[in-house]
Amino acid sequence: MDRLELTELTALLRACAGEGEGIDLNGDVLDTPFLDLGYDSLALLQVTGIIERDHDVTLDEEALDEAETPRQYLDLVNGALSARTTA
Amino acid sequence: MTALAGQERGLIGARDVTAVVTGLGVVAPGGVGTESWWASVLRGHNAIGPVTRFDASGYPVRLAGEVSGFTDEEHVSGRLLPQTDRVTRLALAAAAQALETAALDPARLPDYAVGVVTANAAGGFEFGQRELQALWSRGSRHVGAYQSFAWFYAANSGQISIRHGLRGPSGVVVSEQAGGLDAVAQARRLLRRGTGAVVTGGVDSTLCPWGWTAHLAAGGLSTAEDPDRAYLPFDAAARGHVVGEGGALFVVEDGDTARARGADALGVVAGCAATFDPAPGTGRPRLLPAAELALADAGITPADVDVVFADAAGERAADRAEAQTLTALFGPFGVPVTAPKTMTGRLLSGGSAVDLAAALLALRDQVIPPTVGTRRVADDCPVDLVTGAARPARLRTALVLARGRGGFNAATVLRAAR
Repeated sequence: MDRLELTELTALLRACAGEGEGIDLNGDVLDTPFLDLGYDSLALLQVTGIIERDHDVTLDEEALDEAETPRQYLDLVNGALSARTTA
Repeated sequence: MTALAGQERGLIGARDVTAVVTGLGVVAPGGVGTESWWASVLRGHNAIGPVTRFDASGYPVRLAGEVSGFTDEEHVSGRLLPQTDRVTRLALAAAAQALETAALDPARLPDYAVGVVTANAAGGFEFGQRELQALWSRGSRHVGAYQSFAWFYAANSGQISIRHGLRGPSGVVVSEQAGGLDAVAQARRLLRRGTGAVVTGGVDSTLCPWGWTAHLAAGGLSTAEDPDRAYLPFDAAARGHVVGEGGALFVVEDGDTARARGADALGVVAGCAATFDPAPGTGRPRLLPAAELALADAGITPADVDVVFADAAGERAADRAEAQTLTALFGPFGVPVTAPKTMTGRLLSGGSAVDLAAALLALRDQVIPPTVGTRRVADDCPVDLVTGAARPARLRTALVLARGRGGFNAATVLRAAR
């Protein structure tokens, strides 16, 4: 089943919006708020666009806007991906 | 109309402020950083050369003034790289140097004490080209979110403001080559309204196929192949200009606050003026009134001017018009005139900003940087052009002129700090 893992999300963040100094994206950042990781809403918008494109899925941008951590974001994305699979 | 004029007068005259330049950062063909660029200029080193930033072999114009030796990662954080065009990276480098040389730490000042007003004529062309190519060749889902602002004229001001926490009044001026001078004039207005300091000046970069196409469509470019014979302002063989990239940014500051914090002033922005040409064929260009207004604003006469940094279009009719302006003010061969932009090409808004930088350093070092290329002025351009080598001189006051495509004229009078 098509799933988005944390490593893929952090790779996308790094590629789309760069990496701040003093932040280890390879660490346990699942529950670290995006703002603490240095990523703003535009960085996430960029990432969301690429996920939609590469996974051929339409995501609820308003719901994703509420996601404050990678865990919350991944849950929403994977929910949409599995809904698509079962549909 | 009267009410508006009165209101404007009130705004402009809110405080009597001496606008001093306390910081300077130059990123231009010939040098990344003020002193390396200035040394190159004083040597008379021509930084115009074949285009290397893209394959220009298929275009009728193949020379440019490129900023070489600029490593993005040395000037811009990894976080900012994906969201900035080259022009903004150059601007961030110039701004950092300007603030550093001003020894101004915005973090130690009140929240709204420092503003940013930069000039930019073209936005982030290379970034925009990349995103447009993605749009047309691969579809809208391949266009990045950062295109929303990275292409924009105001991106330089915005990123400088964010990076240094400069939350005072900010903006962007778009008036092509005149922009660097117009931005400084706007910065002085802000000082008069109470802002303590402003990061100002102009930076442009358009050296990509899309930018090149725009320049070719606009016309006026030299198609010469020899970098030393391509851009020859005031020369009888003038045949157009060369485009370059880069610019200069300044910290312009209220003289009282600068003195109070013990900052060294590089020079004083003593007079500013801008005019707009009538529609082509309906009247005379208005460069002369711009210069006269700037001199009046500074409270001086032409006799007080020690050197002129010319707009130097490199096109016969425009050169004649500027020479007429200069002879109307100073008489034939009446004042030393120079065009160090012959070593960089015309940098759009960055051009007049770099001329301001050159004028400030000329006042500091008591030397007039040379004009290269042109060896002898045309008979119909009777100006004392400083050619061949830098000319030592006693300099107290400099006049900088600029003309922007579309009818913009601007003039700035700079005075030595002491």
